[in-house]
Amino acid sequence: MSGPNTDYDPVEVTPLKSEEVESARDAALSAIAAAADLDDLKQVRIDHTGDRSPLALANREIGALPPQARKEAGQRIGKARGAVNQALAARIAVLEAEHEERMLVEETVDVTLPTDRVAPGARHPVTTGSELIADIFVAMGWEVAEGPVIEAEWLNFDALNLGPDHPARTMQDTFWTDPQDNGIVLRTHTSPVQARTMLTRTPPIYVVCPGRVFRTDEYDATHSPVFHQVEGLAIDEGISMAHLKGTLDHFATSMFGEGITTRFRPSYFPFTEPSAEVDLVCFVCRGAQEVEGVPCRTCKGEGWIEWGGCGVVNPRVLQACGVDSERYSGFAFGMGIDRTLMFRHGLEDLRDLFEGDVRFTTAFGSEL
Amino acid sequence: MKAPVSWIKEYVDLPADVTTEALAARLTALGLKLEAIESPRDAITGPLVVGRVLTCDPEPQKNGKTINWCTVDVGDTNGSGEPQGIVCGAHNFGVGDLVVVVLPGGVLPGNFAISARKTYGHVSSGMICSAAELGLSGDGDGIIVLPADAGEPGDDAFAVLGLDDDVIEFEINPDRAYALSLRGLAREAALAYAAEGASFTDPAERAVPAANGDGHPVVLDDTEGCPLFVARLVSGFDPTAATPDFIARRLTQAGMRPISLAVDVTNYVMLEIGRPIHGYDADKLTGAIHVRRATEGERLTTLDGTDRTLAPGDLVVTDDSGIIGLGGVMGGEPTEISATTTRVLVESAHWDATSMFRTGKRHKIASEAGKRNERGVDPLVCEAAADRVVELLTTYGGGVAEPGVTVVGTAPGVSTIEAAADLPARISGMAITPETTVAALESVGCLVERDADVLTVTPPTWRPDVTDPYDLVEEVARIVGYDHVPSVLPTPGAGRGLTRGQRLRRRIGRTLAGAGCVEVISFPFVGDAALDQLGLPADDVRRHTVRLANPLSSEEPSYTTTLLPGLLRTAARNLGRGAPGVALFETGTVAFPADHGPAPIYGVDRRPDADELARLLDAIPVQPLHLGVVLTGERERGGWWGAGREAGWSDAIGVVRRLAAELGVDLDVRAASLAPWHPGRCAEISVAGTLLGHAGELHPKVCQAVGVAPRTAAVEIDLDVLLAHARDVVPGPDFSTFPQAKEDVALVVDAAVTVADVEQALRVGAGELLESIRLFDVYTGEQVEDGRKSLAFALRFRASDRTLTEEETGAARDAAVASAAERCGAVQR
Repeated sequence: MSGPNTDYDPVEVTPLKSEEVESARDAALSAIAAAADLDDLKQVRIDHTGDRSPLALANREIGALPPQARKEAGQRIGKARGAVNQALAARIAVLEAEHEERMLVEETVDVTLPTDRVAPGARHPVTTGSELIADIFVAMGWEVAEGPVIEAEWLNFDALNLGPDHPARTMQDTFWTDPQDNGIVLRTHTSPVQARTMLTRTPPIYVVCPGRVFRTDEYDATHSPVFHQVEGLAIDEGISMAHLKGTLDHFATSMFGEGITTRFRPSYFPFTEPSAEVDLVCFVCRGAQEVEGVPCRTCKGEGWIEWGGCGVVNPRVLQACGVDSERYSGFAFGMGIDRTLMFRHGLEDLRDLFEGDVRFTTAFGSEL
Repeated sequence: MKAPVSWIKEYVDLPADVTTEALAARLTALGLKLEAIESPRDAITGPLVVGRVLTCDPEPQKNGKTINWCTVDVGDTNGSGEPQGIVCGAHNFGVGDLVVVVLPGGVLPGNFAISARKTYGHVSSGMICSAAELGLSGDGDGIIVLPADAGEPGDDAFAVLGLDDDVIEFEINPDRAYALSLRGLAREAALAYAAEGASFTDPAERAVPAANGDGHPVVLDDTEGCPLFVARLVSGFDPTAATPDFIARRLTQAGMRPISLAVDVTNYVMLEIGRPIHGYDADKLTGAIHVRRATEGERLTTLDGTDRTLAPGDLVVTDDSGIIGLGGVMGGEPTEISATTTRVLVESAHWDATSMFRTGKRHKIASEAGKRNERGVDPLVCEAAADRVVELLTTYGGGVAEPGVTVVGTAPGVSTIEAAADLPARISGMAITPETTVAALESVGCLVERDADVLTVTPPTWRPDVTDPYDLVEEVARIVGYDHVPSVLPTPGAGRGLTRGQRLRRRIGRTLAGAGCVEVISFPFVGDAALDQLGLPADDVRRHTVRLANPLSSEEPSYTTTLLPGLLRTAARNLGRGAPGVALFETGTVAFPADHGPAPIYGVDRRPDADELARLLDAIPVQPLHLGVVLTGERERGGWWGAGREAGWSDAIGVVRRLAAELGVDLDVRAASLAPWHPGRCAEISVAGTLLGHAGELHPKVCQAVGVAPRTAAVEIDLDVLLAHARDVVPGPDFSTFPQAKEDVALVVDAAVTVADVEQALRVGAGELLESIRLFDVYTGEQVEDGRKSLAFALRFRASDRTLTEEETGAARDAAVASAAERCGAVQR
């Protein structure tokens, strides 16, 4: 930079000459316009607006002018630099837009590529089915009771009015622990949970007991020595079979949909009197017995599906469990969870539930 | 119980248009459980006719067989009235016999269509049928030769063979033992059609000769076991007499095999009246019959040829020669009726049901007689049943009824039941008036006395199951009809929802599924082979199992102590079916013997007291809830994104850590050595000093033995412990939004020093400005001396109230490094 030169005629400073400024400006503008991409433009920017660019150098000379000349020169340079910066900004915007557009095109992926890096997990339908059932009852104000699967013989049989000589003890082929006179069995039903509940709580009692049970059945498409049951027990003042029917109808509707209700057939269970088999309106044909003119496969054309057993709790059971049978009455019911799932989901083979093939289980996800 | 419909109808006048299906449906509504309906006619399409063999010429064939070329008179049923030419391979018939002929156009069971066809040089127009070809159970493979009076040529053979007669099979519940007879079934059928005016004719109601002193002498030494014994004698019986057709047919329809007239008659009367009957060869009896309990060590060879050692509770029938029968259950061989028996002593006795049940169970005898006697038989039909047997034996066997009639003892009485008249209405929930109640009870045979609000009810003698007021409720309810029970939702008070444990278990399942694990349910049975595969030492606690007395398989005689065998088997099955890898989990109880002796069996007349209950519960095996996880093979898939990853030890520990984080539990993880894990890759995991379980990579031998991928990882933890430590309420987290300061340090330590120890040392030294610490690299190699490793940690610092200065952060980092140096011998790289 030149030192102050008060005698110097400002118009004589070459870089500030108007034609010089205009030519620098025009050179900058044409370079900007010619820049093909942001990299080019970066160089153009350095060349034409950087510290060593003609306009920047000219700008420095302003300080060397006499004060009266500075204003005009300043305006001239400022105007030229303004024009260049404006053009630069505009060109940047254009080139950035172009760049972005090109980049987005270049980055296009095949969105149909697989995305399954980790195989999905799932919960077992018996688990989620049991929870679904529990939730239906919890919503009615019931509670879920549980107990051990290896159980005292007294709780599994005697307390439920299945005395040592009761013929019904031979109806249920029981797994006994060794030695058999140990009085300990693999529970044949979840009823001992009911007995435990009555022994430890005072009425009113409203509990459902889902759980694993055992019988020495052959293992085939519809039978398993290990299976799952849900039982319910209600003990309160004034309980009748009508409450049992109401509860099971609500259960059926919640589980299978509107219009699916139950019917009772007289039956026999030692722990209930009166006892009933409970049938469910077939939820496939909805009782019509046929689907598209063919007998319904789910209910074999009956219109009803056998669902479980139920009845009014035998006062002898209440007595053994310390419940005042004069004041209270109750009902109980029980059905197979596996079986319920089989017809709810159209399962052909019970064994699928126990083989653990992940293709089966993952189909159900983590809620039923 | 299989009952021919024609037999039911013999004792009840059902409306003419009642179908078998309708009858079965009505009986089902009354409480008889329908098992099946057999309609033999459905399997056969006619024409099926009676034919008379006119000619029968044997013709030897080149293949060595001899066929019969027959002409058979089939009346006009063949359209021409001419004899029908038929080739028949059987030889058990002759000219003049009545046979069953299926004509061309007929279809036999198995969709076997009959047509006229050329065979053995003749055109055979139809077939002479055997029982088997018609789908009938029967002896031999010869063709059916009908009795001479069975019909005329051309008659419809369906009726002659009883093929028109449907058979209903019921599953009889223990409380309906009376329905194990046609008498009982017909009584129910009459009830079912009471509205249509059906009435019941009791086959047991017959005039019987009065008891006298001339019968065979009988002494009852145990009147509790055998309160009533009736004996009648038939002499001059022809042991070769054939069983009449209707008896043989009905027995066959009922699923019993005709044997001989004497045996068939006793079975027939048992089916008809419900009272099991026993017949003795009277010539083999010596002296008076006694009934008593067996004494220890006595023996008897029963009719089935089994030599049995009797027990003191068994009721036995004896004569001077010793024991001649297991009373009410099975007769003895020495006095058995044989092909030469001409004098038959008929026993019709009432037996104590409990004794019958115990003896049947003890000797594993499941006989038709035992089935009825142990459920309870009407004690009042002993004389009628004996008389009916005598009638049939003399009618078809040619003998005479001896005048002596033995009736010893008395039928047990029936206890009355007192019940509130409104009990059926209250308990059934149906609008039932006391009048309806009385009428319903009377309809099933009860005597009812009503005194205002109280009923005094005497159940009929054939209903020993009716003992309690609630039994009366069921009787009334089934007569009124279960379909009239209204549907009313009970209104319990507010419930408490799921328990803490139930909610936590759901959470565990969802967390594991979210981590990519699939839940399985295995059979909880285990044997030595599976435990050996796991490499468990002989004294391992998991070998001390709860054994089963009657396991499914002798290979797996115990309830399992570990979930791993089932999980590993399932994992191997999945791999075998082509899965590249699986992550499986199971939650289930395992069992360890309580070793506190047998569980007591209490009475049921009262609630056990607290001590009694405690003793009962103490004897039950300990059953902790376990979680098992097995990760085998591919854990992450390879793909366009890069290579996949096999499951390994860290996945197993990672699963436990993830669960612990979900439940807010702090874990203590340390190296351990336990089968079936790899001794260098097994972590023992505990919570607040309590062992939770183990996780890590399985021993290579275990992987090989169970057939899963190398480096399969597994977890087994006690969920009860984990749940006990789960955080109940999550305290609101306190975190700062001031800038984070980052410091990474690389520390060289001895190879044996664990990351957990270094991390802990850093944590202690860094002080409370430390926000987090994370190991991001482990290096061994050229830059680090042998036996040492370099651990790179990312330390993150943050203050809750200010932006940290470089000096503060640096000081905290230096303190952390100094602590690691001091505690772990760490040297900063």
